[in-house]
Amino acid sequence: MDGKVVLSLQNITKRYPGVLALNNVSVDFLEGEVHALLGENGAGKSTLIKAVAGAIEIDSGTITINGHIFQKVTPHVSRSLGVEVIYQEFNLVPTLSVAENIYLCEKSPNSALYNADEFVKKASAVLAQFGVHIDPRAMVQDLSIADQQIVEIAKAVSKNVKILIMDEPSAPLSVSEVEMMFNIIRQLKARGVTVIYISHRLEEVFRISDRVTVLRDGCYITTLNTAETSRQELIKLMVGRELKESYPARKNPPGEIALEVKHLTGNGNRDISFTARAGEILGIAGLVGAGRTELAQLIFGAVPAEKGEILISGNTAQIHSPLDAIRHKIGFLTEDRKGQGLFLEMSVKWNIIFPILKNISKYGVVDTKKEDQIAGHYKDRINIKTPSLTQKVINLSGGNQQKVVLAKALAAESDILIFDEPTRGIDVGAKQEIYHLMTELADLGKTILMISSDMEELLGMSDRIIVMCEGRLAGEVQKENFDQHYILDLASGTN
Amino acid sequence: MTERSVAINSFGSKIGSLMKKNVPFVILIFLLILFSFIAPNFMTFGNIRTLVRQISFAGISAVGLMFVMISGGIDLSIGSQIVFSNVLLAIMLADWKFPVGLAIPLIMLVGTGLGLINGLLYIKLKIAPLIITLGTSAIFKGFGYIINHSRNIMGFPDSFRWFGQGYIGGIPVPVIVMVIVALIGSFILTKTYFGRKVFALGGNEEAARLAGVNVDRMKVILFMICGFVSSITTVLLLSRVFAGQTITGQGLEFDCLTAALLGGVSFKGGEGTIFGLMVGILIIGVLNNAMQLASFPDFSQTVVKGTVLLIAVAFDVYQKKRKAKVIVANTAS
Repeated sequence: MDGKVVLSLQNITKRYPGVLALNNVSVDFLEGEVHALLGENGAGKSTLIKAVAGAIEIDSGTITINGHIFQKVTPHVSRSLGVEVIYQEFNLVPTLSVAENIYLCEKSPNSALYNADEFVKKASAVLAQFGVHIDPRAMVQDLSIADQQIVEIAKAVSKNVKILIMDEPSAPLSVSEVEMMFNIIRQLKARGVTVIYISHRLEEVFRISDRVTVLRDGCYITTLNTAETSRQELIKLMVGRELKESYPARKNPPGEIALEVKHLTGNGNRDISFTARAGEILGIAGLVGAGRTELAQLIFGAVPAEKGEILISGNTAQIHSPLDAIRHKIGFLTEDRKGQGLFLEMSVKWNIIFPILKNISKYGVVDTKKEDQIAGHYKDRINIKTPSLTQKVINLSGGNQQKVVLAKALAAESDILIFDEPTRGIDVGAKQEIYHLMTELADLGKTILMISSDMEELLGMSDRIIVMCEGRLAGEVQKENFDQHYILDLASGTN
Repeated sequence: MTERSVAINSFGSKIGSLMKKNVPFVILIFLLILFSFIAPNFMTFGNIRTLVRQISFAGISAVGLMFVMISGGIDLSIGSQIVFSNVLLAIMLADWKFPVGLAIPLIMLVGTGLGLINGLLYIKLKIAPLIITLGTSAIFKGFGYIINHSRNIMGFPDSFRWFGQGYIGGIPVPVIVMVIVALIGSFILTKTYFGRKVFALGGNEEAARLAGVNVDRMKVILFMICGFVSSITTVLLLSRVFAGQTITGQGLEFDCLTAALLGGVSFKGGEGTIFGLMVGILIIGVLNNAMQLASFPDFSQTVVKGTVLLIAVAFDVYQKKRKAKVIVANTAS
């Protein structure tokens, strides 16, 4: 395909502690094309757009925007050259009007005073181009999500956008709203605006994009003309890797059904039913936003369910709060360790013991001897590397922090353990240790639900996998049928 | 970074952490030495006794406030709670002729009830306790004025005099009560299951909730504790003044808050020790006393107090920032 290159990325590398987010990536984007960026969770899409937007500093490589070559892009430079990003979380001020949002921080050219009417007029003109009816005087918080997104687009257009980057724009939209957004994208394209479109939904990629670039594990894989490829090929490109890690072998087969979830609804999820056995590791697959963490929150009572039933060992369990779940011996190892799992300013011992304090207290007074004993036991058992039990958790590495979270759940003697992204952000060695511990726990008869975006570890660790897509259960895959392509296909939705 | 600057840095952080732990104590000792040189009648048994008794009332309420603060909350209505319950207790004793043995438990119940009101409003309205207690502060004080009818309520039984004016072995009763309240508070905070939950709430509310803590119930109980403790202050203050006036207790929360911040109780919760709090209280006591000895005009004293509060807050913020830096350094490495 010919055309003028408006944005060129050459040999971009970005390293975060413990992970190579972008590895020598080079891509060209052409004027007036819709260019889809595809890849699994963690493939490097977000890092790439952040690099272009100047939100992060790249370690090496060059970014060429409209002929200007940069080694370091700042948000200001990026914007002044016509790059606008619409993130999944909108950057709108909810309590200001549509017009005020579109022209946020802009001065009236004719007057030192703010002239509301002038901006309303200009905003109407921009919105009229899209053929949508949004009152420029309406407050943004009163608009639907779709309209808010249009305001975001209008904001970008009002700034004379040349390159519009959209991160999962269709995620919160209904089918007809997606249609409207596509129309707007086509209009922008006709005007020569380059649209970089990130989506997990393959069918959208085929409908709207001219070309598609696939990233995998931070590496550039290829760029194809959308018309000349197929869904199957794209999935293969996104997945296409060998299993690298080794996963510990299991000794005991799964036993009786320990957890049964029936028609669970709420927290964005609808009608979820599945079972998990004692001694089973049940993987939960899905793309970001598929509702996996939300499901865990429902089971754990962190968010109350609207409908549905949870049975533990065949008996209905009333779970309305985390306390109820803990009483039913459910443990939840949250993805957000620092925000939800740990008391960072407190000691290792303090953290491990906290959930079971009641059991080791007499008349409300904590038995410190037992405390040391139990904390010491779990520290040794799961090999938490800390100079002492009184060390503040904040001073530990990510892997060891995760082990403290695990020790907490073990000390509480949970029978059902929900691991949400247990190995995210921790190094390879600690990963292996976590895998071994999980296997050991399953062999001891614990039920483990494992949410992971790392397809490889999910396939390696699970006895069975359930796949979620957009708040629903998209399918269940038995171990003998484990196949990355098939699971990704289910997770991407097959309307 | 060069080796030398690394060395300087680590030396600096050592000094820093040493200072951080002991700064309030060092300040207290410094002030004591300073004033004993400046004012010859400062370091006398009589004066120190007066000093500690003066501050003991705020010291008792500060223990209650500390519970709320460690959990991440704040109670600005302490002074007004005392205004109201002080007048009510005076009415009970002087107008209604309630026996002391009945009036005191009743007023403690009332004080706890005022805390309950704060707590319930907090969890139901889900508005920052700063605002809630600012509002209830005005309400409590207003009711105090209403039931007081601009009187100076007098005529308490003599048996009521002991609490605020008596001595045990030469030590004023309020000081002994403060020590007891502080010891009990310290025990609860450091040794009990409940105390751990208080720290958990202030340290990471979401993690506490997910660990099975009934967060709302805890918040209400903590405000009740604060109210209860201040009702003890009420009893001692009324007995000391021996007349029911609306002025009693007004603004007491200011000294409590300053003492807590000076003593290392964090504004954001999760941190604080009774020892630190008591050091903070003594610093304020020493400053108050010294200003009185030097016959500072009242208004200048107010200026000094405000300055001390801001310095205490700045100190708290400074420590938080240092910690944040350490966290960044840790996550980066």
